[in-house]
Amino acid sequence: MSNLASIKTSICRLIEGIAPEADTETLDPHEDMRDELDLDSMDFMRLLEGINKELSVNIPESDYQIVNTLQSMAEYIASHG
Amino acid sequence: MKDILMPSFGADMAKGEVAQWRVKPGDMVKNGDIIASIETMKGLIDMEVFDDGVIEQLLVEEGQELKVGQIIAKMRLSTEPEAEASEGKAPEDKAPHVGTSRLEEQPALATGKQAALEKQALSSVSGAATYAIKHRGDEITQPILKQGRRKKISPLALKTAQQQGLDWQQITQGSGSDGAIVLADIMALKQVGISQTADTDNALQMGKNALSEKSGAADDMRQAIGAVVSRSKREIPHYYLQLDMVLDKAQLWLTQHNQGLAADERILINAVIYVAIARALQQFPAFNGFYQNGKFEPAGAVHLGNAISLHQGGLVVAALHNAQQLSCTEMMMTLKDQVIRAREGGLRMSEMQDATVTVSNLGDRGVDSIQSIIFPPQVAIIGIGRPRTIPWVLEQRLGIATVVSVSLAADHRVSDGHSGARLLNKINKLLQKPESLV
Repeated sequence: MSNLASIKTSICRLIEGIAPEADTETLDPHEDMRDELDLDSMDFMRLLEGINKELSVNIPESDYQIVNTLQSMAEYIASHG
Repeated sequence: MKDILMPSFGADMAKGEVAQWRVKPGDMVKNGDIIASIETMKGLIDMEVFDDGVIEQLLVEEGQELKVGQIIAKMRLSTEPEAEASEGKAPEDKAPHVGTSRLEEQPALATGKQAALEKQALSSVSGAATYAIKHRGDEITQPILKQGRRKKISPLALKTAQQQGLDWQQITQGSGSDGAIVLADIMALKQVGISQTADTDNALQMGKNALSEKSGAADDMRQAIGAVVSRSKREIPHYYLQLDMVLDKAQLWLTQHNQGLAADERILINAVIYVAIARALQQFPAFNGFYQNGKFEPAGAVHLGNAISLHQGGLVVAALHNAQQLSCTEMMMTLKDQVIRAREGGLRMSEMQDATVTVSNLGDRGVDSIQSIIFPPQVAIIGIGRPRTIPWVLEQRLGIATVVSVSLAADHRVSDGHSGARLLNKINKLLQKPESLV
């Protein structure tokens, strides 16, 4: 589980790099993060690029729907890493 | 006597133009005072002096273009004896000698003549420092929503504020023509005792001065946007059209294209839509160009202005040069690069000046459609809503389709709804043949 937590931290750090004003600290991990943090499609794509680069997990377009919350994204990365 | 030279604001600046003198012969100036507005490729830039003294002579006319390093004025430093100023006849209007710092002199500052001079000096400063770049004559041709420019204050207002120990920095918005702080604002500031009172909000509401809250840059940008759209709504007779376009074919093509690609090589549907728009626009020149001096001049290439919302609020419009020539992949790379630079800094001047038409896209999370306001002197703006999945009748059968509402706001002085409708239909046709956009 600590792995999951560190993945979440990594994701949040990536998001902050892309959208500095995004408040990841109060983000509910079960809410749609793009809505919550006002990330547009370009931001989201850059997040996926960052995940690919730093966590070596490639999330294909067909899986976008299942990585829309911080929790589900972290779980996805944990199981595909 | 010290020569004041045309300054350089960067290695790429060869020439500049004194757009406006902010001082006149005889004016006392202090280190840090603004003496002129210099027009350059980089916009209208305030020029300061770095000495205390008196302006003796202005050597160039406003509007004259000069090489960097040319002498534009002479000033007598306060360390020099007055006698040395013999070459210039003593200016008869040797306005307030600030050095004395006497309050009795204040009424003199506010005399009609002074006030009029000051007003006049400021009224022609267009291109409010925060947003507008002037080029092509006097027209503001492209809104530049730029943050962080410093506040303008007239020399007189500055002196008065300094003399009276008033903190003029707390005035975020002056009543000068471009938001510059003028003497009246300083007087108002003094009257409400703003420097002592905690009740700043009330105080700020007083008078005609639109003094606003603290967040300077954001306010400036909001104001800049306000000025541009107000002008647009005032001057441009808009008409609005909208068409729902089915994206299924484009998305199918995109899914196939993106399959197996790493995230940084994938294309977003926006890029495909932008390519379709750019290519359609090339066939409809009445929507791509500038309306200036009472007539429309179509542009050769489609420099698609992309309205990018900034995370901290506000927006910037950056041109995608020769967008009609870009493939979807090239469009995606350009878009991504530009959005990053818009949000993190590094947009080039050309990008900020060249857009011949604008696209406004509220994104895939936004709303179904947007009716936009044209950026003068452009004559059209295209709005893209979010793609949505809805019931759709196709070939007499009810099915499900992903559609996007694409809107057009155009200038009725240049085009009619009929040709606008043809433009939208052309975009739609291109989107139904995504393979042709590669």
